[in-house]
Amino acid sequence: MTAVPVPGETPVSPLTKTGAVGEPVSAGSAPSTAFLEVRDLQVHFPTDDGLVKSVDGLSFTLEKGKTLGIVGESGSGKSVTSLGIMGLHRVGQYGRQKAHLSGEIWLNGKELLTADPDEVRRLRGRDMAMIFQDPLSAMHPYFTIGKQISEAYLVHNKVDKKTALKRAVELLDRVGIPEPHKRVDSYPHEFSGGMRQRAMIAMALVNNPELLIADEPTTALDVTVQAQILDLIRDLQKEFGSAVIIITHDLGVVAELADDILVMYGGRCVERGPAEKVFYEPQHPYTWGLLGSMPRIDRDQTERLIPVKGSPPSLISIPSGCAFHPRCPYADVPKGGITRTERPELREVGSRHHSACHMSQEDRTRIWTEEIAPKL
Amino acid sequence: MTTNRTSKRRLAAGTAVVLAALLTATACGGGKDDDKGGAGKAPGFNAGIGKVANASDTKGGTLKFVGTQDADSWDPQRGYYGFMWDFARYYTRQLVSFKAAPGQGSTELVPDLASAKAEISDGGKTYKYTLKDNVTWEDGTPVTSQDIKYGIERTWAQDVISGGPVYLMQVLDPKTEYKGPYKDKTPDKLGLKAIETPDAKTIIFKLPKPNGDFEQMLAMPAASPVKKEKDTASKYGLKPFSNGPYKIDSYAPNKSMTLSRNANWKPASDTIRKALPDKITVTFMTNADDMDKRLLKGDFDVDINATGIGQAARTTALRKHKDNLDNGQTGFIRYAVFPQTVKPFDNIECRKAVIYAADKKSLQTARGGPQAGGDVAPNMLPAGIKGSDPSYDPYEVLKNDSKPDVTKAKAALKACGQPNGFKTTIAVRNNKPVEVATAVSLQNALKQVGIDAQVDQFDGAQTSGIIGSPKVVKDKGYGIIIMGWGADFPTGQGFSQPLVDGRFILQSGNNNFSELNDPAVNKLFDDAIAETDPAKAGEIYKQMNQKVSEAAVYLPFVYDKTITWRSTRLTNAYTADAYNGRYDYASLGVVK
Amino acid sequence: MLAYLIRRIFAVIVMLMVITLVTFGIFFLFPKMIGTDPALYFVGKQSDPASIEGIRQKMGLDDPILVQFGKFVAGLAVGRTYANGSDVTQCAAPCFGYSFKTEQEVWPLLLEWLPVTLALAAGAVVLWVIGGVATGIISALKRGTPLDRSAMGIALGGVSLPIYFTGMLSLALFSDQLGWFDRPDAVFSEDPAAWFNGMVLPWVTLAFLYAAMYARLTRATMLEVLNEDYIRTARAKGLTEPVVIGKHAMRSTMTPILTVLGLDLGALVGGAVLTESTFSLHGLGYNAVKAISDHDLPVILGVTLIAAFFVVLANLVVDLLYAVIDPRVRLS
Repeated sequence: MTAVPVPGETPVSPLTKTGAVGEPVSAGSAPSTAFLEVRDLQVHFPTDDGLVKSVDGLSFTLEKGKTLGIVGESGSGKSVTSLGIMGLHRVGQYGRQKAHLSGEIWLNGKELLTADPDEVRRLRGRDMAMIFQDPLSAMHPYFTIGKQISEAYLVHNKVDKKTALKRAVELLDRVGIPEPHKRVDSYPHEFSGGMRQRAMIAMALVNNPELLIADEPTTALDVTVQAQILDLIRDLQKEFGSAVIIITHDLGVVAELADDILVMYGGRCVERGPAEKVFYEPQHPYTWGLLGSMPRIDRDQTERLIPVKGSPPSLISIPSGCAFHPRCPYADVPKGGITRTERPELREVGSRHHSACHMSQEDRTRIWTEEIAPKL
Repeated sequence: MTTNRTSKRRLAAGTAVVLAALLTATACGGGKDDDKGGAGKAPGFNAGIGKVANASDTKGGTLKFVGTQDADSWDPQRGYYGFMWDFARYYTRQLVSFKAAPGQGSTELVPDLASAKAEISDGGKTYKYTLKDNVTWEDGTPVTSQDIKYGIERTWAQDVISGGPVYLMQVLDPKTEYKGPYKDKTPDKLGLKAIETPDAKTIIFKLPKPNGDFEQMLAMPAASPVKKEKDTASKYGLKPFSNGPYKIDSYAPNKSMTLSRNANWKPASDTIRKALPDKITVTFMTNADDMDKRLLKGDFDVDINATGIGQAARTTALRKHKDNLDNGQTGFIRYAVFPQTVKPFDNIECRKAVIYAADKKSLQTARGGPQAGGDVAPNMLPAGIKGSDPSYDPYEVLKNDSKPDVTKAKAALKACGQPNGFKTTIAVRNNKPVEVATAVSLQNALKQVGIDAQVDQFDGAQTSGIIGSPKVVKDKGYGIIIMGWGADFPTGQGFSQPLVDGRFILQSGNNNFSELNDPAVNKLFDDAIAETDPAKAGEIYKQMNQKVSEAAVYLPFVYDKTITWRSTRLTNAYTADAYNGRYDYASLGVVK
Repeated sequence: MLAYLIRRIFAVIVMLMVITLVTFGIFFLFPKMIGTDPALYFVGKQSDPASIEGIRQKMGLDDPILVQFGKFVAGLAVGRTYANGSDVTQCAAPCFGYSFKTEQEVWPLLLEWLPVTLALAAGAVVLWVIGGVATGIISALKRGTPLDRSAMGIALGGVSLPIYFTGMLSLALFSDQLGWFDRPDAVFSEDPAAWFNGMVLPWVTLAFLYAAMYARLTRATMLEVLNEDYIRTARAKGLTEPVVIGKHAMRSTMTPILTVLGLDLGALVGGAVLTESTFSLHGLGYNAVKAISDHDLPVILGVTLIAAFFVVLANLVVDLLYAVIDPRVRLS
């Protein structure tokens, strides 16, 4: 299932050179030259009720210094993707049905799915790090902040505990925690929500990772703190030059941060492209829905123009054809003979802008400009 | 609720079966067990009944007793448990004691501290003894007549040392004029007038009226000497001062006791005690099943309580180690009694109806069968008591092969005026599972003739306050009470008088549950007690037993038997009627 | 912290006083209420009025119940004299009463029985914590495998089988059949090796029951902890699995186990009744059973109080320990 890179083969990824997020190289076994490239990733979980296809054929690339926002409802496969990249589906599955992963994940020219698990472990926390949604539950309640940060440093560096703790203080200072030499001995519950998330970021950055994945980094925080944290991530990215993936259900979070945006629905990418394109010329009815339900300062909060009706699809029996069609308000727009059981593939709709929708580009542009955009 | 209970019971039953199987398997586990029991082979089934098993005079070794129940007290004046009386002979002697002989032979009294049995004069009212020359305490000082008097006097101090038998008090000082040695104002604390000690070797008892069983009472531990200087009053039982062949080295109640030889005991002075082992140990444990296993294994020699091998180990013991078993009479009788105050048991015919209707075979089975339960009893006077007649069968129990006689039962019911039967209540102790089983057996048998009996299990620890109170019995309507009885001393007076003499009806602690008060019966007791010839007294008790049987107030079940374990290393073992069918502990020895 | 401690210790003392009063009431007042006389429990077969009166005199049963209680409490502090005419019994402080069945002071008896129970509990706790926790962890990590299923099957058996059964079974098998271990007859001071050998079966029997419970508890807790976000975080840091399990997961798993352990130990020190009875170990539990069947009220009272003391103490220790283990808990 997993493609093994054939050594010596010439890398083909011409499209990645122009932007941060490029066209994934068509499925093949050639090693990727992109900093991060995900090819046809599938993450399936066998359960008693059937196979849960959390991620079902996802591809993208990401370069250093750039930010990718992955957007979607809960259950769309965003978090599963990030855990897949981190290799966390492959550890700690004690007695549970193992997740089935296929496809390829290339990081710095190394394919991670076929790599030795211990090798991937050594990459975790050092080359790639992750910030989790709820810092209170994501930090161990019985260990001090300093211990938890320095532990991440100690495991990848041959230093003594004292040095590691100094490093933790340094990082706490950097993420804006006042009196870090004191707070380093505090426990997570003694921090405020925002402080905890800063500490979490410090923990992720302690080894200067080249890839930082932030999974809903602001969801658990109140609005003013959200902005501070997002600012911090942006500043740090500039400073460290990392590649960043921000996973969120809220387009607003990635609006100012992301270079590119990838919209996921039912385990698949339905639209991806440069942030400004996705925001101003979205080419998928689901993206329209997300935009429509996005709170804006210049708009009455109670007004919801194009809410996404219905609920996310069951990942055990994903609707045939376009997974979004049961909820799509434009499902009945004539599609030139394409049946509902046919699945739309990602097609280029603009420069580096792709969408998976059976509607013709004319229909989409018309609906967007005439029906949707004016209401936003 | 019912289902739950049933399944629990089933689980318990299942557990018991598995456990029994395991115990059996263990006992079968190779020849190891036989080897552990000591050298040689056990002398055979019932080798200790009526004869001496492994007769020997070899001294030495440690005799190991085990038990689940400690004595009520080892203080000679306080102990009342039967096994304590047997065991007490190791460390205390009396003027007279029971002969060291198997079975019935043990009921004969022989001189112990006294050089001869009593010189009885004054029409049976004066008993005079002279002490042997070389009887001594464990400190080497001689046992004097004053020590004996002082010891006996302690019984009067019921406020300080309660629990023991009070026969001597009742016989010597019926009005309890003496207040006991602790309140005695005389300088030597020997104020009891009924006993005279003209010199250190002579003791004279003056009875207000004759009692043919007086010497029986003098054979009880309660008549033991106590050295005044060594008397620690209520705490004396923790370390009684010995005048027997062994002294108590250590004693931890409910745990253990160790006895070693008393160097100052003179074997020549003692014709009863063989004193074979060098050391005697007693171990107390609560797990009766494990105790049986350990007896079978050879870890211990004798069950001091002599309660008999329990159900779990009985089958194995009978099959694999029959030669180590003695199946003897305990001298106890198991019975049902009908309080005449509870209607319709005021009518003799209704009492007879129950007697005829009872299934004696089933009652015997409930008691454990012929071996562990005992022989079906046709009347209320067991063997071993002079005057008993095992062939006396007034209700044709033996003739009918222990089966119920429904025809006669129905006829009796008609005569009673209750042709369709009646309702009544069977009272039984809740802490004796076997007695409860007999109650259920009786209940079922009575149903066949239309008598509807409810079984009421009362708190066995409160016996004297419940069935011992005639008022409670009447109030609760206990028409049938199930009990057991053994004699304090093996005569008609000791066995039957508390049960059937109308003058023994007490308001609390009563044992004459039927409240039989027949002047003819009472007079027979007076006559027998005044008779100093045991054989003649026995004849009178025989008449007494017939009169009681005719009154139909008792339904005897069985003459109690037990299966007791006799370890292979045990020598000189025989059961003694005088000690309720226990081994005569003072004679036991062990193969080293 | 110190204020908290003082307050808690004070509360413990008050609670013990209340327990003493209630227990005292149950044992000495209740018989009166149902119409029997506690004095009856102390006389033997013969309930001679003189002997009952003697007991009443000596025990002070004629005093009002509160006066009796006051005397009992005073006896704890300064000792007590039981007098009945010339028969005087001294009971040294702390006087927990006097057994009129065996004619002994209760406190020295408790001191004699306690080490037996402590030795039993101590050996068993080591076995069951090691055995139970290890089994639970392995079961959790091998969830769903035949190993897990058989371990949990045995644990279910361990929880549901009565001690008397497992005890007799272990005796039959390991003592009588295989001859590996003896019954606990040896005395430690005389022959430590034989003592140890004899204690193995009681330890294992008692530990088996608890190990089964702890294995189930550990397994359930461990599985729950493994689902925690912070375990995922630990892995995301690149920690090795042994560190994730052994340090991060174990730390959280041990908290509820320690709590239960503290309380179990507290209750156990008050007497491992069934194990002691099965193996005839003369500890607090054995003698409690004996005292109950003998109606030896002062001994029952003494054992009850010492058991209550250990339970209350265990509660305090667990609460204090909790603050040490879990930084989120504050003592105030």
